[in-house]
Amino acid sequence: MAEIWTTYIWPVLVITAHSLAVLVTLLVAIAFLLVADRKIWAAVQLRRGPNVVGPFGLLQSFADMLKFIFKEPIIPAGANKGVFLLAPLVSAVLALSAWAVIPVSEGWAVANLNIGILYVFAVSSLEVYGVIMGGWASNSKYPFLGALRSAAQMVSYEVSIGFVIITVLLLVGSLNMTDIVLAQQGDYGMFSWFWLPLFPVFIIFFISALAETNRPPFDLPEAESELVAGFMVEYSSTPYLLFMLGEYVAIVLMCALTTILFLGGWLPPFDIAPFNWLPGVFWFVFKVCLVFFMFSMVKAIVPRYRYDQLMRLGWKVFLPLSLFMIVAVASVLHFFDLAP
Amino acid sequence: MAETEIRNFTLNFGPQHPATHGVLRLVMELDGEVVERMDPHIGLLHRGTEKLIEHKTYLQAVPYFDRLDYVAPINQEHAFALAVEKLLDIEVPRRGQLIRILYSEIGRILSHLLNVTTQAMDVGALTPPLWGFEEREKLMIFYERASGSRMHAAYVRPGGVHQDLPGELIDDIEAFCDPFMKVLDDIEGLLTDNRIFKQRNVDIGVVSLEEAFAWGFSGVMVRGSGAAWDLRKSQPYECYEELEFDIPIGKNGDCYDRYLVRMEEMRQSAGLIRQCCHKLREQSGPVSVSNQKIVPPKRSEMKRSMEALIHHFKLHTEGYHVPEGEVYTAVEAPKGEFGVYLISDGTNKPYRCKIRAPGFAHLQALDFMCCGHMLADCSAIMGSLDIVFGEVDR
Repeated sequence: MAEIWTTYIWPVLVITAHSLAVLVTLLVAIAFLLVADRKIWAAVQLRRGPNVVGPFGLLQSFADMLKFIFKEPIIPAGANKGVFLLAPLVSAVLALSAWAVIPVSEGWAVANLNIGILYVFAVSSLEVYGVIMGGWASNSKYPFLGALRSAAQMVSYEVSIGFVIITVLLLVGSLNMTDIVLAQQGDYGMFSWFWLPLFPVFIIFFISALAETNRPPFDLPEAESELVAGFMVEYSSTPYLLFMLGEYVAIVLMCALTTILFLGGWLPPFDIAPFNWLPGVFWFVFKVCLVFFMFSMVKAIVPRYRYDQLMRLGWKVFLPLSLFMIVAVASVLHFFDLAP
Repeated sequence: MAETEIRNFTLNFGPQHPATHGVLRLVMELDGEVVERMDPHIGLLHRGTEKLIEHKTYLQAVPYFDRLDYVAPINQEHAFALAVEKLLDIEVPRRGQLIRILYSEIGRILSHLLNVTTQAMDVGALTPPLWGFEEREKLMIFYERASGSRMHAAYVRPGGVHQDLPGELIDDIEAFCDPFMKVLDDIEGLLTDNRIFKQRNVDIGVVSLEEAFAWGFSGVMVRGSGAAWDLRKSQPYECYEELEFDIPIGKNGDCYDRYLVRMEEMRQSAGLIRQCCHKLREQSGPVSVSNQKIVPPKRSEMKRSMEALIHHFKLHTEGYHVPEGEVYTAVEAPKGEFGVYLISDGTNKPYRCKIRAPGFAHLQALDFMCCGHMLADCSAIMGSLDIVFGEVDR
């Protein structure tokens, strides 16, 4: 009996507690990041942004959430009801589950998988299913077009993201997320993180992350001036909330990935007195916020690509570039005998 | 394998679509994302303006013109006022002319600001509209300070303008010009050299000069294709010939050139505004004709003079009679040649008032311009056409 307790029940309880802690923190953080996103966007546009609910509009996201939940979900008569309702769930659940392996500080991950990065890549690739299902099940033309676009888009940019990750892995020699961060620990503080030696790859990754998460300038699936809201046209109430939640969780996930792969995860910028007093989790959150700020600024500034231009950029620019970088990095590592 | 019939994807675009600039309904036939056929359905904002004008006196017809292209109201009133004045054979005093030009140019900036920034919005840039709208707000306050209304001014009336401008207003309008150039630079900084903006607009919706004339284009749509055709220069009305300004023209006739032309026209308009303000300070005098059978008398006069009271009463009940005849006048409205064809039968109401709206001619070319382009290009093209449904549907 005691054996069952120690081998099964207790670990399950611990994992549940871990997961809940991550989920709750993540969701609350996203509520505030959403406000930040809107505030940054508003500031660029010389507006004030949300400023009514709570001090400085900080509670806006919670008010929005309540509104979405209390609204009536409308399901179009021609829609495939099951798939229609499943799609936002798929989207949100997959986005959230990828967070299981993200280490926010040394040892602070729900699951310290040895193939962590592959797991993240696999799960975030599956997110496109939520979009396709939603677009198809709506049985309506705009969502259908939006879903087709996003399927093509996500697939194209995943290829270059994959190559970028391979390039990083060449330097690390492990698929474990914690190892990836630790590999960036060096004598030069922030200058030994991977963003500097792999600068072109860093840029490719950032842009591909924008495309992967359907952020401007790659927000084609929901291009307002063409497809109104793309695959979300027919959605309302909680299903819509779940789609939006999934989207923002994916965005923050991409920010976290950028932090882990290129910005040294939880490592302080310099391993000297005032910096290394702060706990690792602070630096992790700080860097994620920094990348998120970049995401928001891009949204505020750029126009949107056309569908074929986006495809061209993905396949004809990023794919060869990232392939070349793999070869280049691998050759350097091989000939100078630097491979880990 | 059984043979299946492949047909194109038919998409109903609008009238509640955010990219249609109002209430346009497009029935599109798509082959993948490529537009094969585009069928604009108009008339959703039809109010029967032309017919309504036949039942109103000449003065009462003025506000209808505000409601045509509601983005630049005074330019339309101007065309109507010119038509009536031509029939009445009267000349507006110089100060009145200058005020008309001043407000026409403000209207041009109002319209171009809206158009340029929404064209940016149509290709996905959401920030320029908000920057532009702040300037529009200032301009609309100038409208309000002159006429009492932000949009539907009813300020330019046959015979002159309704009221004189106070001196502070002229100072404020002049003070607006320089900071406005800075805002234009900022907007250009976001768009003109932006690679994505260029990729979305260069070589999109190309119209050759012959095609532009064949489709009845005017205004920026012709200038973007390379003809220096501007009614303010080619057949100057009011005192435009005394003022200095250039006509920017494009080279390729694509959406990008039209955008550049509009940006430059705004700068030229700001220059015209400055010149007008300068001249208005030197030029005092009446702002409308002194014939009180056409223009209502002053309030103060009405308190003293029986004659003035009678004129006032007659003007605001029966209105004035316009000699028999027909006339076509056109102004260079921001969107192109805005013309009014007026037939008078000698009574106090127009027999017929045909309005030539530039947007209508531009809209008819939508199918020709969009075919073979992708769906996303259509919203860019529509943005560069500068259509406002108030004037297209009338």
